Amino acid sequence: MSARDDIFGNIRRSLGVNGSETIRRQIVADRLERAPKGVIPKRGQVSGEERIALFKTMVETSLATVTEVASPAEVPQSIALFLRNHNLPATLRMGDDPRLKAMPWSDTTLEIAHGPSRGSDLNAVSHAFGGIAESGTLAMVSSADNPSTLNFLPDNHIIVVSAKDIASDYESVWNRVRFAYGKGSMPRTVNWITGPSRSGDIEQTLLLGAHGPRRLHVIVVRE
Amino acid sequence: MTVHSTSPQFKQNAARALNDDQLQKALNNVKQGFIDKRQMAADKLPEFEALRDASRDIKNHTLEHLDLYLEAYEEKVKASGGHVHFARDAAEARDIILNICRETDAKTVTKGKSMISEEIGINHHLEANGIQPVETDLGEYIIQLRNELPSHIIAPAVHLNATQVEEDFRRVHTHLDAKRDLSEPVQLLTEARAVLRERFLAADVGITGANFLVAETGTSIIVTNEGNGDLTQILPKTHIVLASLEKLVPTLEDVSQLLRVLARSATGQELSVYTTFSTGPRRSTDADGPENYHVVLIDNGRSSMLGTSFEEMLRCIRCGACMNHCPVYHAVGGHAYGWVYPGPMGAVLTPSLIGVDQAGHLPNASTFCGRCESVCPVRIPLPKLMRHWREREFERHLTPATVRSGLKFWGFFAKRPALYRLATRVAMGALALAGRRRGHFAWLPMSKGWTKYRDFPAPQGETFQARWERERKGQAA
Repeated sequence: MSARDDIFGNIRRSLGVNGSETIRRQIVADRLERAPKGVIPKRGQVSGEERIALFKTMVETSLATVTEVASPAEVPQSIALFLRNHNLPATLRMGDDPRLKAMPWSDTTLEIAHGPSRGSDLNAVSHAFGGIAESGTLAMVSSADNPSTLNFLPDNHIIVVSAKDIASDYESVWNRVRFAYGKGSMPRTVNWITGPSRSGDIEQTLLLGAHGPRRLHVIVVRE
Repeated sequence: MTVHSTSPQFKQNAARALNDDQLQKALNNVKQGFIDKRQMAADKLPEFEALRDASRDIKNHTLEHLDLYLEAYEEKVKASGGHVHFARDAAEARDIILNICRETDAKTVTKGKSMISEEIGINHHLEANGIQPVETDLGEYIIQLRNELPSHIIAPAVHLNATQVEEDFRRVHTHLDAKRDLSEPVQLLTEARAVLRERFLAADVGITGANFLVAETGTSIIVTNEGNGDLTQILPKTHIVLASLEKLVPTLEDVSQLLRVLARSATGQELSVYTTFSTGPRRSTDADGPENYHVVLIDNGRSSMLGTSFEEMLRCIRCGACMNHCPVYHAVGGHAYGWVYPGPMGAVLTPSLIGVDQAGHLPNASTFCGRCESVCPVRIPLPKLMRHWREREFERHLTPATVRSGLKFWGFFAKRPALYRLATRVAMGALALAGRRRGHFAWLPMSKGWTKYRDFPAPQGETFQARWERERKGQAA
């Protein structure tokens, strides 16, 4: 008997079932289809300015920094300023995201590289799929537009998020993912990012910049 | 079972741990940090207790329908281009992993932190077959250099102090300047980051565990703070996920409930820094990510726990809160438990996985203070389950003869209430009289285990039952 058959047999024996009970199958199919929501904390259930304010507060609680710009056109200048303020070189890697590509990078002296990271980049920018106000989390989806390596390899990661994409809770983001990719399907990688990389493994002392970015900077685009 | 167990020597292990000054110093970090942070995180979220209930219910529901959710999960993984392998035990899991590594002609394998990988002893197996496994979680990397097991399920090197880590780095990183300054923890972190970055970029296969598997989408989830798990899985050509059967949950909504209690219970964070949802290999629209995606589903004793009183243990989401709050863990640390899983969850799970004849001491190493159960995010009644193990141990005549005769002696009186009251009244009266002058005893017959380390306070003369009766009458009047 194959390991698979053996394991299913053992599970069913332990549970006292045979696997073909209509009621059990219906219960499982229902739950997978309806995906009922559980307890949603009230904290995130705010809208408009209040939600953006909560998102920014929670981003800062996660030890990331956050700023706001009025329109996508202001993003390149904002990034240039951030890099200058931290004495970082004026280099920047990004994917093929059309929203990022359309920004006026020539307004700055930034040296731009495209495509996934090979591990030697200091700075990268990605565009978030959405934000989550409840915990100050950025939701990133993998594609050539925003390669996953940019989320982890550079020392300084900048994430651009549209104010309209900042949701109250995780469940709202899953609804958008289902709408974009189809029910039951996912992009290869969804990264929830809540602050810069850290470790507490040496004497339980919190240190930033373990293997991922030492700095995480979030830019909220209003328009 | 390949990981050698020293659980039968728990008493000797514990005695050694109590006299280990470095360990005792390091264990102070557990007592101080984790408890307050968890409490603060729980206090900040009014719905925390309701989320614990919801999390318990989701896990119970999944376990009751585990066969069907596994089928649904397997189908989704295949549909997304991934492979699912089933392993009955540790040996099968090791062979499956080795074969996948050989298919890709792997020389080095990076690893994200995974307790099931410790359970099946994969590192030794890969090494024995000429493949080098590299642990990338900072704590796991440190203990791999020391050839140790993790002493905590989320803080594997919690038993060590920074000076010990410095010694290990100097011993192993011989290509670096011998005069470099490593006096600050941040310098240790920076050195490990640089050394491991090379490893990440060179690895042929990445092995991670899974905090959860989602049946709805065929997704595996890892939760880390360092980002090491992500670099482990997106850089190499092949990503292997190791997961025990009970990691399954039905939907993305369900896992979102569990994620709300996991980090808060573990480190007191709102959410860990990186929560990563992986579904299949890289797509044609992806610029990076692994070309091959394998999931190894490992039973290793779980399916036999279903339908027994230990089924509740399968709700465990490995947050570590039970050991963070355990006075026994605080005193002896994780290695004393002698196998992979320490603390209260280890005291319940270890006898299930390696046998109560091997691990019978563990469920006995508890005062039943109940703190573990009070903080468990999925409300596992850990003291009750430890008691079940004690009963089984007794039934199977594994309990030492002195304990058995002691229990028999006590049982004789406990079953005869009048006699019990009389005997305790006489005994307490006599002890009160004998200890009247000093108020405590430095020596008592048959109590050396206690009086060797501390004095025994003299009773005041009245038994608990007598006082209870008196106060109850007082209240009624």
